[in-house]
Amino acid sequence: MLKVDNELCIGCGVCEDNCAFGAIEVVDGLAVVGDACTLCGSCVESCEVEALTIEGAEKSVQVDLASWSGIWVYCEYRAGKLAPVSLELLGVGRQLADARGVQLAAVLIGSDTGDSADVLIGHGADIVYRADNKALEYFTDETYGAVLTNLIREHQPEVVLAGATAIGRSFIPGVANTLGAGLTADCTQLDIRSDDGALLQTRPAFGGNIMATIVCPSSRPQMSTVRPKVMKELEFDAGRQGEIIDMALDEGMCSSKVRVLESVISENDDVNIQESDILVGGGRGLDSEKGFELIRDLANSLGAAVSASRAVVDAGWIGYPHQVGQTGKTVAPRLYIACGISGAIQHVAGMQSSETIVAINRDENAPIFNVADFGIVGDLFEVLPKLITTIEGYRKS
Amino acid sequence: MNIVVCIKQVPDAKDVRLDPKTNTLAREGVQSIMNPYDQHAVEEAVRLKEQLGGEVTVLSMGPPQAQDVLKQAISCGADKGVLISDRAFAGADTWATSYTLARAVKKLGSFDLILCGKQAIDGDTAQVGPGLAIQLGIPFVTCIQKIREAGETELVMERMMDDGYDVLAAGYPLLLTVVKDINEPRVPSLKGKMKAKKAEIMILSAEDVGADPRKIGLAGSPTQVVDVFPPPPRGERALLTGSIDEQVKQLVEKLAVYL
Ligand SMILES: Cc1cc2nc3c(=O)[nH]c(=O)nc-3n(C[C@H](O)[C@H](O)[C@H](O)COP(=O)(O)OP(=O)(O)OC[C@H]3O[C@@H](n4cnc5c(N)ncnc54)[C@H](O)[C@@H]3O)c2cc1C
Ligand SMILES: Nc1ncnc2c1ncn2[C@@H]1O[C@H](COP(=O)(O)O)[C@@H](O)[C@H]1O
Repeated sequence: MLKVDNELCIGCGVCEDNCAFGAIEVVDGLAVVGDACTLCGSCVESCEVEALTIEGAEKSVQVDLASWSGIWVYCEYRAGKLAPVSLELLGVGRQLADARGVQLAAVLIGSDTGDSADVLIGHGADIVYRADNKALEYFTDETYGAVLTNLIREHQPEVVLAGATAIGRSFIPGVANTLGAGLTADCTQLDIRSDDGALLQTRPAFGGNIMATIVCPSSRPQMSTVRPKVMKELEFDAGRQGEIIDMALDEGMCSSKVRVLESVISENDDVNIQESDILVGGGRGLDSEKGFELIRDLANSLGAAVSASRAVVDAGWIGYPHQVGQTGKTVAPRLYIACGISGAIQHVAGMQSSETIVAINRDENAPIFNVADFGIVGDLFEVLPKLITTIEGYRKS
Repeated sequence: MNIVVCIKQVPDAKDVRLDPKTNTLAREGVQSIMNPYDQHAVEEAVRLKEQLGGEVTVLSMGPPQAQDVLKQAISCGADKGVLISDRAFAGADTWATSYTLARAVKKLGSFDLILCGKQAIDGDTAQVGPGLAIQLGIPFVTCIQKIREAGETELVMERMMDDGYDVLAAGYPLLLTVVKDINEPRVPSLKGKMKAKKAEIMILSAEDVGADPRKIGLAGSPTQVVDVFPPPPRGERALLTGSIDEQVKQLVEKLAVYL
């Protein structure tokens, strides 16, 4: 509960202005808390006379924070490939480790991982914990979860990061829950507080309408999944030294009640739109499935992948893996070109943190222009062919 | 086949907006809806019941108004609605939420399958489903895009992955989270609406489900929000001008760094 000390409260209203949820109001010279309160604590910090406190029952888990040390990154390996986000996370992990004066470790789980451990060291890891076993060829929540949980229990890292991918967002919540650890999903920014080592995890909420910073004050490890493309990987340095520790696996870590019968990797490799630097998005303005050919041509000329609004996914013009938005994927490419997409809030929620947004739409009042850095008002059937030839011309010159 | 579906009431995205002047979330006129992914979970549960028999219970943790989404689920074919509601749940993060839901599921008795949405659109965490499975000590699979075969003892299903999909088999008890590709939710029938109107929602408190006060609400939440603020502004609307040819030329120049 958020408590107001009526003796201390001077009714200044600073808390009222600070509450993003409109949950606190000054009535007759005193702050009054309403039902909308989410206990976020913004007002407590803002109150200069310290009249506000958050009270609750005592925490059930209290760990000895000092015995947890080191920054870890779960490095995803699937179908013979390291996920690019793993290397991005080693980049930010390196910064966090250096700020804390601790080691950066990578956790590699899979089968036939080849020289991947060396690649991880070259990208910043001091240690690689490797679980390479035929039984781990296919991802299951149980096996991967057991391996990671065991490693964490044994070595007690203070921070564990993973990519906010299909795999990361599936088994990491299970691991965190097993450990009673706090987990923040889909972070876009990470910092470490120097005095107490608290990981400041920032992420969008309410479809990107607000940003929230989250900490785990009394539990360890502090766990986050992080969006692909928002962190920068370090350049590969073949001279970097590191240690590879192979993990002994017991039976329990290798069996799962859920069996993988088949893993179907899509032929066209552009379905993984979250890992693409450039996305060309198509909407209902394309008129038909055939219209998507124009989008593909533009994507080809840019080396981009193709995304879509829900309207066209529902119409069956393109598959669900390409849908961007609240009920699709969240993407943050360097460049997003929205063609014939109106920019409904549910679509914008999934792409508004792109670095640069371009919109092409014939309706100058379309809301997509509100988030666009560059907009062209025009018929896409006229604009796109011209854009493709101009890009090709530019490339040649 | 006894199925429990966890559903959450969330604010409708199109209404949630940060007032740029006051920096607060506009609350007026904000409609509450059933989390869209959860509609697909309810639909899949009802289809499985129609095929295999049994009962579908919908479960929600939230304020008293959340009865509305439970009734909506009943109008779409669910049999029973249960709401766990208590001021003591305030400030719950995904750990405390999964703990609380797990207590309620245990209280309700035996089940074969639990369905959740992939994520709730207010927080977008996708953590409650897996957390609930762990709390109950049962296996889980996330992001199910299709149930291929549903048998008395086993399910065969497709899980959406970033680069394609996996085909999986698992027995019961099992928890699944679903994506919207799995089905097209039905609209409530007149009969369904009548049933929902008459339905009694069972309301349980923290004490009723035997929850440990230290594990619910803020106290049971390892994560804590310490700051909320508006996202960095994207800048002004910037429409290019001139003929289409000129605009295209300007655009390509602006995008040079990406080419
Ligand atoms: C619960 C819920 C969840 C949702 N989740 C998502 C989601 O995840 N992702 C998503 O995208 N949507 C989502 N939606 C749907 C969303 O509200 C919109 O309906 C959808 O994004 C619209 O798609 P669109 O922009 O392609 O189509 P429209 O809104 O129909 O827009 C088409 C645009 O094309 C323009 N146009 C037409 N012809 C031309 C032309 N020749 N040249 C140039 N421009 C042209 C028009 O001016 C118009 O602006 C969701 C909705 C709900 C209720
Ligand atoms: N308060 C709640 N009551 C019932 N189910 C919930 C609640 N919160 C989350 N869920 C379920 O967990 C899924 C994932 O939610 P989240 O982890 O919050 O993104 C939702 O789609 C629901 O099925």
